Amino acid sequence: MVNSTKQEAPLTLDVFTTGIWKENPVFVMMLGLCPVLAVTNSVENSLAMGLASVFVLVCSNALVSALRNFIPKQVRITTYIIIIATFVTLVDYIIQAISLDLYNKLGAFIQLIVVNCLILGRAEAYASKNSFSKSVISALGMGLGFTLALVMLGGVRELLGAGQLMGYQIFGTNFQPWIIMILPPGGFIVLGSWLLLINYIGQRRTGKLIAEDLRSHCSVNNH
Amino acid sequence: MNPESLSFIFLNAFLINNFVLALFLGLCPFVGVSAKRDTAFNMALATAFVMFVSSTCSYAINQILIKFDLEFLRLISYIALIASSVQLVEMILKKFSPVLFRALGIFLPLITTNCAILGVALFQTSRGYDFLQSVSFSLGGGAGFGLAIVLMAGLREKLELSNLPNITQAAALSMMLAGILSLTFMGFAGLGTTA
Repeated sequence: MVNSTKQEAPLTLDVFTTGIWKENPVFVMMLGLCPVLAVTNSVENSLAMGLASVFVLVCSNALVSALRNFIPKQVRITTYIIIIATFVTLVDYIIQAISLDLYNKLGAFIQLIVVNCLILGRAEAYASKNSFSKSVISALGMGLGFTLALVMLGGVRELLGAGQLMGYQIFGTNFQPWIIMILPPGGFIVLGSWLLLINYIGQRRTGKLIAEDLRSHCSVNNH
Repeated sequence: MNPESLSFIFLNAFLINNFVLALFLGLCPFVGVSAKRDTAFNMALATAFVMFVSSTCSYAINQILIKFDLEFLRLISYIALIASSVQLVEMILKKFSPVLFRALGIFLPLITTNCAILGVALFQTSRGYDFLQSVSFSLGGGAGFGLAIVLMAGLREKLELSNLPNITQAAALSMMLAGILSLTFMGFAGLGTTA
C-alpha cells in the first residue's frame, strides 16, 4: 500500500481465504445485509442467493479489473454500477429459466443484488486496483464467505423455524416449530446471536493472548 | 392493475410491511446513521423525498419501456434514474436550503445505494400499481423508513447511558434491537391481509 510503485504482492492463498473468514463480508464487514436477512428463511433460498451473488461478484470484478486502465476516474462508479446491473439482469433471467419456483420465492431480491454494497465495494476497493487473476480469486473468496454466512443464518432459521434442513425433517413430529424464526424478527435475532457468539470467541482469544503476553513478561522480569 | 385502495397501500408500506423491519430494505443507513436522532430524522426526510421522486419517474420510464418492448433494460434504467434523482435533490437542496444540505453532508450521495429506493421502484412494477397507487406506496414507504430509523435512533441514544456487557459491540446490539422492534411491528399484521 505504501509503495505503490513497487510490484504488486504475489498471488497467494491468502487472497482467497481472507474473504471466507478473516474479513467475512457479513460477520466482520457488515456489508450487503439486506439480502442476508431477507431471503435466509431456508437453506435452499440462502444457497441460491449466495451463488447468484458469487456469480455477479466474480463476473463484475473480472470485468472491472480487466477494464481498470480504460475507465476514466470521474465516471468510474457509474460504470461499475452499469457493469453490475448487466450481470444482475443476466442472473435474473438465468434463474427464471432454471426454476420459476425459486424465482418466485426470491422475488425482487435477485434484482436488488445491484445495490448490494458488497459488490460495489469490492469493485471500488479491490478490483479497480489489482490484476485480473487476483481480483477473480479474491471475489471468489468473498463470494464464498458471503454464501457461507447466508447458509449459517438460513440453517439456524430453517432448523428452528420449521424443524427441517434442506427440506428433510430433522426433529420428530412433536417438535413445535418456532414460527418466529422464519418471520422477519427471526432474521435480526439470529444474525445478532451469531455476531454475539463471534464477538465472544474473538474476545476470549485476544484475552488469552493478553494473558500469555503478561505471563511471559512477568517471567522475564523475574529472571 | 391492482385493486388495492390507496389508503391500504399507504398503511401497508408504512406499518404492516414496514420497509426496514419486515422487508429488510435499507438496512445500511438503518444501522449506520441511527446513532443520533437529529441526523436520523434528516436522513429520513431526504430518503423519503428521493423515494417519492424516483418512484414517480420510474413509473413513467416503465411505461415507456413497455411501449418499446425493452423490459430487460428496466433494472439499468432504474439505477441510472435513482442516481440522477439523487443528484437532482442534491442540487435543489444546495440552491434553496444550504443549511439542510450541510446538515445531511455525506449521507445524501449515499442514498443512491439504499436498497429501499430501488425496492420501491421494483415492487411497484411487480405489483402492477397505477400512478396514484405508486405515489401512495412511495409516500408510505418513505414514512415507514423514517419511523423505523427515528425509533431506532431513540433507542440507541438511551442505550448509550446504560451499562452493557463487552461482547454486545455496536452491530450485534443493533441487530438485537432491530429484532425486538420488528417483533412489535408484527402486531400490526392484524390490520389487513398481508401481501
